[in-house]
Amino acid sequence: MSNITLKVNGSTHTLDIEPATPLLYILRNDLGLRGPKFGCGLGQCGACTVIVNGAAVRSCIMPASSVKGEITTLEGLSSNGRLHPLQQAWIDEQVPQCGFCQNGQIMTAKALLDKNPHPADAQIRESMNATLCRCMTYYRVQTAIKRAARIIADAQPVQPVPGKPASGKEVAA
Amino acid sequence: MTAFTGIPKQVEEVLTTHRRGFLKNAGLLVVSFAAGAGGLIMEADAQDSTTAHPADPYPDLDFRQLDSWIVIHENNTATFYVGKTDCGQGTGTSFRQLMSDELDIAFDRTACIMGSTDNTVDQGGSGGSTAMERDSWPMRRAAAEARRVLLEMASGRLGAPVDRLAVSNAVIAVKADPSKRVTYGELIAGRKFNVRLTGANVNVVTGVAKVKPVRELKSTGQSPQRDDIPAKVDGSLEWAVDVRLPRMVHARNVKPPFACARLTGIDESSVRSLPGFIRVVAKGNYVAVVCEREEQAIRAARQLKTTWEKPATAPFPASENLFDYMRATTPTSASNPIVTGNTEAAFSSAAKIIEAEYEVPFQGHTAFAGAHATADPSDGQMTVYSNDMKSYGMRNGVATFLGMPREKVRVVWMQGPQGFGRTAADDAGCEAAWIAREVGRPVRVQWMRDEETAWDTKSPAFLVKVRGGLDAGGRLIAYDYRARSCDYNHVGYNEPDTVLIAQLMGSRRAKPAAGSSATPSEMYAIPNRRMAGEVVSLPVVWETPLRTGNLRDPNGPQSTFAAESFIDELAAAAKADPLEFRMKMLQAATTDDGGFRRARSIAVFNAVAEAYGWDPRPSPKPESKANILTGRGIAYSFRGQTVVAQIAEVEVNRQTGHVWAKRLVCAHDCGLVVNPQSLRHTVECAMLHGLSRAIHEEVRFDTEKITSTDWVSHPTLRHADAPERIDIVLVNGDPNPNRPDLPPYGAGEAALKPMLAAIANAVYDATGVRIRRVPFRDDRVLAALKAARL
Repeated sequence: MSNITLKVNGSTHTLDIEPATPLLYILRNDLGLRGPKFGCGLGQCGACTVIVNGAAVRSCIMPASSVKGEITTLEGLSSNGRLHPLQQAWIDEQVPQCGFCQNGQIMTAKALLDKNPHPADAQIRESMNATLCRCMTYYRVQTAIKRAARIIADAQPVQPVPGKPASGKEVAA
Repeated sequence: MTAFTGIPKQVEEVLTTHRRGFLKNAGLLVVSFAAGAGGLIMEADAQDSTTAHPADPYPDLDFRQLDSWIVIHENNTATFYVGKTDCGQGTGTSFRQLMSDELDIAFDRTACIMGSTDNTVDQGGSGGSTAMERDSWPMRRAAAEARRVLLEMASGRLGAPVDRLAVSNAVIAVKADPSKRVTYGELIAGRKFNVRLTGANVNVVTGVAKVKPVRELKSTGQSPQRDDIPAKVDGSLEWAVDVRLPRMVHARNVKPPFACARLTGIDESSVRSLPGFIRVVAKGNYVAVVCEREEQAIRAARQLKTTWEKPATAPFPASENLFDYMRATTPTSASNPIVTGNTEAAFSSAAKIIEAEYEVPFQGHTAFAGAHATADPSDGQMTVYSNDMKSYGMRNGVATFLGMPREKVRVVWMQGPQGFGRTAADDAGCEAAWIAREVGRPVRVQWMRDEETAWDTKSPAFLVKVRGGLDAGGRLIAYDYRARSCDYNHVGYNEPDTVLIAQLMGSRRAKPAAGSSATPSEMYAIPNRRMAGEVVSLPVVWETPLRTGNLRDPNGPQSTFAAESFIDELAAAAKADPLEFRMKMLQAATTDDGGFRRARSIAVFNAVAEAYGWDPRPSPKPESKANILTGRGIAYSFRGQTVVAQIAEVEVNRQTGHVWAKRLVCAHDCGLVVNPQSLRHTVECAMLHGLSRAIHEEVRFDTEKITSTDWVSHPTLRHADAPERIDIVLVNGDPNPNRPDLPPYGAGEAALKPMLAAIANAVYDATGVRIRRVPFRDDRVLAALKAARL
């Protein structure tokens, strides 16, 4: 046993724990989080996905002692009571069936859009391919990712281009 | 959100206390009006059945009490209590739509509590796509009765006859003077209806009021968003896996390494020094390890040294020899053949006879997470927190298994990973309860991935031989269908003597369940036909991971794969368009059943063909030299009264054998549609489940154990397999103008049924190669293409 400090969704936690304990069990059983879930314990399905330093990782096979950086879970995606555009897109597209895998779908999609805000269909399929869903909601997951990408893009301030007005709105005016 | 999404633990106690207190004590309703008109049955002082045995903590709810179904709150909202669980299709939202319509209250002023045995009447939980078809009816009738009773009460309060009153969104007003009004909440909040319903069982229970005609339903037919989804995407939902109780410990099973193995030794010293170790619990061949923390239990279960003796004979053939075994084995049972006309005489007059044999292997339920439950043995009672789709069955099973009075056992249903029938034969509930009693503390059990994939219940393997005779005009005049399923000792619903822990502890039924085979579900007019099914057994039937259970339309996908593939083969032999070939057989008949399934079959074929843009031509397509071969296939079936036709468009990679379903189209007729959005999603996902079973899923084993143990060795559909386009047409193909109030039929299973054949038929159309063995894995397809010199 040893003290391990984890920063999760903006809060810092120090736990006296076996260092090899997979991160998933600490998040769920010590910190009481319900987003990440146990699906396979083998890193094959994605149910346990959390984001560490911007990358989607499988917390079921990640020893707590090897976590270097801030952890974001599904619970940490919303800010100021507002759902993340991905979560909103998931509701708008009514994506889940049972919903058990959707933590993995949303967190993997988050890491994808953070790196590639406008993924092509083939990139979505490839990036999401190791994140499984036994209800087979894949078709809607892919639709919702595209919807979220549009919402995120629409919310971004448009970069001014030299010689052109700063936004489409001004052009219209 | 909590009230809408099962019963998360932190509100469960509050709710339970409130609910039980309400049902037991709130008999305060004073009936102050005449109980004449409309035959109002009121029992102001009636003894509530829930007080019949005050010592029992969890007596059955009385389905004949209106209060068991509906509570009206002071703020003029309503909570519906239904004996159903939701496997992910959003049925709770649909129940709210139907019940709010009957009660005349806005959908968003309602909540629905589902499936916990001490809070909701026993409607059996989920299964068989019965949610709307069967179980929504008593809910509607109860809601209609509540509305009627409230109108009677308002009549007394407002001094006006009921026929001079109008109801809108839980407010009753005098038509002539709308300022005279009273809300449902003002009429009844905090008190019981205390109204008796009648009916021999929960399915037929009714009040005096009639349900509304479909045209008066407002929310029904709309698509309010599913109420369970927000908490599933923001991480706030408390699932059955999330239950944490004071003093709770974690258990993990140690499964036998071989089927039918006998435990000969446990070396507890191999784990005694591990951190958190509490004890090993074992009986017969059942072994589990209990530790303080979850990861400790996982480690200890892996590390525990046990010794086992192999059975004297191999428990089953290896999976690659399964179908040879099934062919050679004498059946344990055979069904009476269904015979029309004179099949053999027709064959002897046929111009062309073709014959084919189809093979569907064992396929797993492979729920996304292993079986799990948390059991609390406090106070000599047993509470099981579970995602069991048949929570009521689990309650009975656990009570019998432990030898406890069922009134001391309850199951709190909470959301979990969809199992397609796996949780109807849940194993973890009995395990958690038994271990909890052994250690005297709350216990959480969860199966690991290898355990679940290897030891969950399986869909039975099928071997189907079909023979058909065409006359000189290409008409099917003789048809002989013989199915053989490997389904002996089919596991039922939470049976205390067949649940796996009971088997491992030595429980044996005198006679295993006979199992069943299946015949095709279609309305083709074939003048001479014979259809029969047989069941064969594996060498051993107890303590084996090849135990069969109901997987989403049990047996339907297997029989439909064979039947609808063969119809395609007949169409090809007749050089006919496969759609027209089918349509002619539907149109050749002149009679129909009470649900007009024949006419509705024609309607779904027309709808699917139009949505796809079907151009008539025989299969296969002319040979192509391209690397990517494309084709389309059609298939159809029904389950109960729900009729489905599907078209798949596939790409087959000539180099790799890979099959991609690029486009799927479905025409679906399940009568009254309650929530079109939820239905479309359900149909979409069921189709993709069928696609997964068509191209990926197969349980593999050697002669002593399952070798499919994870998502690599028992693959499932992935993102890259998702079609580019899915079209779903909701058809109301009922031809009878006297049936404007079509009942709702089932959904969720029927849409899976034709998919395997639709894909196989599309592969044939693309390549000219007929794949008769499921799944159509790359290597198998490639080998078939090579054998055909493609």
